[in-house]
Amino acid sequence: MAETTVNQATGAHEEGTWSGGVWSWLTTVDHKRIAVLYFVAGFIFLLVAGMEGQMIRLQLAKPESRLLDPDFYNQMFTMHGTTMVFFAGMPLIIAFFNFVVPLQIGARDVAFPRLNAFSFWVFLFAGLFLYASFFFGGAPDGGWFAYMPLTGSQYSPRTGMDFYVLALLLSGVGTIAGGVNFLVTILNLRAPGMGLMRMPLFTWMAFVVSALILLAFPPFTIGLVFMMFDRMFGTLFFNAAAGADPLLWQHLFWVFGHPEVYILVLPAFGVVSDVIPTFSKKPLFGYPVVVFSGILIAFLGFGVWVHHMFSTGLGPIVNAVFGGATMLIAIPTGIKIFNWIATMWGGAIRFKTPMLFAIGLVGTFVIGGLSGVMHSSPPSDLQQTDTYFVVAHFHYVLIGGTVFGLFSGLYYWFPKVTGRMLSEKLGAAHFWLTFLALNVTFFPMHFSGLLGMPRRTFTYAEGLGLETFNLISTIGAFIFTLSFVPLVLALWRAWRRGEPAGPNPWDAATLEWTMSSPPPHYNFAVIPQVESRDSLWHPHIDPGHVPGAGDAEPGGVTPRLQPDPAPEPVHMPNPSFWPLILALGMLVVTIGALIGLRVVIPGVLLMFVGLYGWAFEPVEG
Amino acid sequence: MHPASDFAARLDSLFWQIFWWAVGVFVVVEAILIYTIIRFRARPGGERPKPVHGHTGLELGWTIAPALILVAIAIPTIQTIFVVDKPSPEEADLTIEVIGRQWWWEFRYPELGIITANEAHVPVGQTVDLRLRSADVLHSFWVPRLGGKRDLVPGRENFLWFRPDSVGVFWGQCAEYCGTSHALMSLRFVVDDASDFDAWVATNQATAVTASERPASQGRNVFMTNACISCHTIRGTQAQGVLGPDLTHVGSRLTIAAGVLDNNAANLARWIGNPQDVKPGSLMPNMGLTEQQVEQLVAYLQSLR
Amino acid sequence: MHGPTSTGIPTRKLGMWTFIGSECMLFGTLISTFLIYRGRNVVGPYPEELLNIPFITVTTFVLLMSSLMMVLALAAVQRGQRVGSMLWLFMTALFGLIFLTGQYIEFSHFVHEGLGLSRNLFSSTFFVLTGTHGAHVAGGVIWLGTLCILSLRGRLPPERAETVEIAGLYWHFVDVVWIVLFTIIYLLQ
Repeated sequence: MAETTVNQATGAHEEGTWSGGVWSWLTTVDHKRIAVLYFVAGFIFLLVAGMEGQMIRLQLAKPESRLLDPDFYNQMFTMHGTTMVFFAGMPLIIAFFNFVVPLQIGARDVAFPRLNAFSFWVFLFAGLFLYASFFFGGAPDGGWFAYMPLTGSQYSPRTGMDFYVLALLLSGVGTIAGGVNFLVTILNLRAPGMGLMRMPLFTWMAFVVSALILLAFPPFTIGLVFMMFDRMFGTLFFNAAAGADPLLWQHLFWVFGHPEVYILVLPAFGVVSDVIPTFSKKPLFGYPVVVFSGILIAFLGFGVWVHHMFSTGLGPIVNAVFGGATMLIAIPTGIKIFNWIATMWGGAIRFKTPMLFAIGLVGTFVIGGLSGVMHSSPPSDLQQTDTYFVVAHFHYVLIGGTVFGLFSGLYYWFPKVTGRMLSEKLGAAHFWLTFLALNVTFFPMHFSGLLGMPRRTFTYAEGLGLETFNLISTIGAFIFTLSFVPLVLALWRAWRRGEPAGPNPWDAATLEWTMSSPPPHYNFAVIPQVESRDSLWHPHIDPGHVPGAGDAEPGGVTPRLQPDPAPEPVHMPNPSFWPLILALGMLVVTIGALIGLRVVIPGVLLMFVGLYGWAFEPVEG
Repeated sequence: MHPASDFAARLDSLFWQIFWWAVGVFVVVEAILIYTIIRFRARPGGERPKPVHGHTGLELGWTIAPALILVAIAIPTIQTIFVVDKPSPEEADLTIEVIGRQWWWEFRYPELGIITANEAHVPVGQTVDLRLRSADVLHSFWVPRLGGKRDLVPGRENFLWFRPDSVGVFWGQCAEYCGTSHALMSLRFVVDDASDFDAWVATNQATAVTASERPASQGRNVFMTNACISCHTIRGTQAQGVLGPDLTHVGSRLTIAAGVLDNNAANLARWIGNPQDVKPGSLMPNMGLTEQQVEQLVAYLQSLR
Repeated sequence: MHGPTSTGIPTRKLGMWTFIGSECMLFGTLISTFLIYRGRNVVGPYPEELLNIPFITVTTFVLLMSSLMMVLALAAVQRGQRVGSMLWLFMTALFGLIFLTGQYIEFSHFVHEGLGLSRNLFSSTFFVLTGTHGAHVAGGVIWLGTLCILSLRGRLPPERAETVEIAGLYWHFVDVVWIVLFTIIYLLQ
């Protein structure tokens, strides 16, 4: 029976990314379709978490407001942060990894296609599980970094924090699997000639981020395991009365948490490093330096976690060392900024939407970067930490960095994914609204923070000078909500009657622009032989010439296109539902952790069914 | 930010040094960026730009320049760290034990034998040595104009010291998320001149005044015959509870409920009548007192000066 | 999807190596926690009263021997020796099982002596650390058992030696972790 369904699905699957019924989506192992799944799910979580942020701003619009119940408010900011980081930021980034990386390196899929599907289902189930908490006694309310002992069973007896622990453990499994997958994909599946130093920057950053995931998630996983055991089995990992140190949680969390910031922002840097050359019509300035500065940021990112703990009283030497290490990160970051500007210098800049977001990133990330330097000085940080100043800082980094980068990437690769262009007018409106919203919402927070407004407070007293700044921030949040209107409109219009994109609408240089849009399911009919970093800008090395294609702009060159269809049969992996079964089994085990062994045991059995089905099914069709 | 202590002044001066460096960098980078995107925008019929792959000198330049700025920031930073992160001052004039609880502050003056809550008095121009502890979860002590933040960590004693240099009432607030009513955990630091401080010490070392007139005396009765005494201490009476704030001189404080409400009759009545409304999640229960009892109780508490 | 890889290392093998790298961080965190909390117990029983070094030395030896069996199993599979493959795979899994039994005996002894999971910091860190390792061994035993059955059915020809090699990588890693744990928990008290 399994054989026939697989074959039916294969039939549908042959036709490309967008055809086929629900079953074909449930069983897909095609990296392009998994990318779409990741994107849609991540985008929905982004909207939900955005609404939670909006509620926070509504509550803080005026002092001493009692619009939201304090417990509900605390759930809102916890879920806003947790969702944005783990269920919006991460999946959206992985969506781009999935779609772009194999195409940029000249591969037909990722190294482990079924593992890839498994990662997605686990992430999705973990997110849904987390949100189920609203219906079973309330969502987690301990903040996204869930400091012990507040989040222990004594001070958080509700099940909310259990949902937090279990959801993040579950999603962590999928994330680590994704890290393995992309690291191996990039190491092993590069087309002939695609040396490491010829890889596009986005792929480079995907590589660095995969390594970060593999090294940073395990300590967090262990922290979560400790927390889970403390909550459920009464262990003493964070129990001060038993001689333990509650700060252990903070160390474990931030050993992960700080690299996590780079996991979120480096892919955005990668996008921008690909977008800026394309729209300046110039190769990236100082390619090796940009690559190495990315690696350096990631490397230093592991040695700075204590800068989240300057106020915990670890002593002058620890603070001086970690403060100094943190300052060092400014150097590679600065190098990237200057290299981007130098790439534009002397170029012919086209202000298409991807480029608007990329320039927006360069301009606003500077603000987040500089407030980061202010935080890196421990004494100065004593005033700023845990206030709205730090809230302003990381929103500039995560919106001005990650979100701008992702939007840039969305407008950039959308034509490749769907074969249709997004409206430039709506795109520009989207950019300017987002840019305005970011600054109106978060710039005033620098002031409210310095004036003494701590974060995570559901209200603030009148007469402290905080009223105006908070009101402006709330207005900014409304603009933010508004800014999604042109985006959704643009997506909808492209869906209905988007202008056809052609293989290379931007006259870009990298391999993903050599095949039709959307790409055939096997990506490359012929695995390309790579001769340079900017393959499509060197037509003299690529003799195959299709006149007219991609020659939209004066001075543009003509890419060599991939033949369509493939000259010889291509073997692609079969669809499989075993990853879904295995992920489902893990979800059941996770739910069982809240209920009891009578649910855990069937879950484990289901996992074994999934595992063995996976191990013994034929891989290729 | 108007620092009012040596500690806050050090942080403030460092902050502004770094701030102006940041402003300088910001202006330079944004100016170059804006110039670049205007100057090099695509023009119709323009040539395809020359492919430039890098320039070692330039790249070295923008590696070294930020490094130098960072050195300029790091030097005062490290100097300041070794002052403000020192576990104790050279010479302390007054020690105060600060104990964070969900969601109020206890202040103990071991040298003076005073225990009070949410409102500490300190003399101007003298170095105060704070010993920070937590009775439950993490908190963080912060009086923006005097000092902090420093976390109160269960199982550890943390340190913070400063010398206030102007008289006044300074607002502070818990800065580490500590549960439902974290937002309502504020405090006041009152910096007195020498004579005011001595007077405050004298008052607070004394046991509670005995209310003799109605309705305060009736209120005293209400207090002593209800569960109030199992959580609160009023020195000189049978009320010796330790879970809630010491109320021996509650009538003289500026605020109630951890700095949330001004200390007046209406607010006291509101707080006693429905504590969960003022501070959700607070350990203080609604005692179900009649309106008249509340009135008497308020009179009693106001008499505790 | 076959064909030469960019690094020359087979993709699945590289995947296992990558996973092992990540696992190092996992055990590294557990071991660090164990070391940080060493000697901070406020109530007994204390580890020095209960740890039975001779007994664990024996089970450690068994686990080490299982690594040797694993090497022999891989060699047999590569040479296409069906009986040898089956036998050595079975022995590897069996030795793993003996190790787990030893761990079970040790755990029950501790609990019997009043050192439950939530007794003190030693018990919390010890059980979670060795328990995590034990779970890895158990996973390995199931994996090896499956391979053993495959070889019994003649489904492990030399062409599929890579599968056994990858299982072997995992198994050796789990053994190496135990050597570290044995040293830290039992020898360096």
